[in-house]
Amino acid sequence: MRRLFRSPSPRMLLIVSGLAFGVLASLLVRWGNPANMGFCAACFLRDITGALGLHRAEVVQYIRPEILGLVLGSFTAAFAFKEFRTRGGSAPLVRFFLGALMMIGALVFLGCPVRALLRLAGGDLNGITALGGLVSGAFLGILFLRRGFNLGRSAKMPALAGWLFPAFMVVLLLFAIFTPYFILSSGSGTGSLHAALWISLAIGLGVGFLAQRTRMCFVGGWRDLMLIRDMHLFSIIAAFFVGALVTNLILGQIDHWGFVGQPISHDEHLWNFFGMALLGLAATLLGGCPLRQLILSGQGDTDAAMTVFGMIAGAAVAHNFGLAASAKGVTTFGAWTVGIGLAVVLVIGFLMKERRAS
Amino acid sequence: MIEVDARGFSCPVPVVKTKEAIDNNPKAPLTVLVESEVSKENVSRLARSRGYSVMVERVEDGFRLLLSPSFK
Repeated sequence: MRRLFRSPSPRMLLIVSGLAFGVLASLLVRWGNPANMGFCAACFLRDITGALGLHRAEVVQYIRPEILGLVLGSFTAAFAFKEFRTRGGSAPLVRFFLGALMMIGALVFLGCPVRALLRLAGGDLNGITALGGLVSGAFLGILFLRRGFNLGRSAKMPALAGWLFPAFMVVLLLFAIFTPYFILSSGSGTGSLHAALWISLAIGLGVGFLAQRTRMCFVGGWRDLMLIRDMHLFSIIAAFFVGALVTNLILGQIDHWGFVGQPISHDEHLWNFFGMALLGLAATLLGGCPLRQLILSGQGDTDAAMTVFGMIAGAAVAHNFGLAASAKGVTTFGAWTVGIGLAVVLVIGFLMKERRAS
Repeated sequence: MIEVDARGFSCPVPVVKTKEAIDNNPKAPLTVLVESEVSKENVSRLARSRGYSVMVERVEDGFRLLLSPSFK
């Protein structure tokens, strides 16, 4: 077992992990999660933000155990393979803002890169527009990386700092189990649709463990394909899509193919494209998609944890200020914010460069 | 010998820096310093795909990778 996870060229492990994740994501819909949303790092963090009362959109409030599982699964894998290392100090505030903008982009499209694939695998062709935007954003990010963009070096920190984020997840898990009065939970709408707590948690844990071992990243796969013509991470994405698509076909979970009338989706192509372009660009500068940031947070990377808190703040802002889209479409403020967000990330991309050592 | 110090940088910066060094110094041996297991794997994969042989040496807080071009 240990050897399988440690083998130097674990292409097989990547493909099996991707397939398993895709199958499980579709099964989660069968078991109660919202349609085409078996798994979504952005939507689920947004639901947690709502459950904590940080935004007031009553239909999207629920402590999604998948997220807690992801982080704790990564934490377990990192410990088992001696990869837990507490680090931090690589432009935390910039990461916080990039995380927030990444979330706003996701909530204009209504999904993270994982859900973009799940939507496509469920018949929602808006997934194609979104992937087009995502890849364009990642391409732009690569241009900045080639110019020498980076967020600076991180430094070693006392172990306690790395434990804080997983500990926060344990607290959320206790909230999810004991549902104290201050934790909100949707009575109707997307937030009310969920699989049983232990199923969601178990799948989250498993996916978190595999994602830590395989370095799974739903932006990194596209990035490496373009940057170094490497299929390594992309093979996970491809396997994930195949796994989800085949499972949806078998379970009859594809209602119809098309752009219109898809679950938790709108067909404003321009904003689906630019929302995900914003996410793709920010994620490339950050070095990982929303899911990857959660995995890194579980293995002691406090900069990634700052990014996740940025995403939580982004979700709160998106719903409190009416930026988030809905099945009805994009809001005016949402569209404006994507434009402004892209401008802000471009400025960050231009200005954050390493100074030459004198 | 050309040395790339990518310690402390997160993915994908070590790969970008190594790629730049390879492109600027074709067929020269390189040393790359990285900190994490992930960076070690990524840089090694890039180097092998470009026809370099990779030797990994464990050093204090990280790895030193010796990339030598193999001529065939």
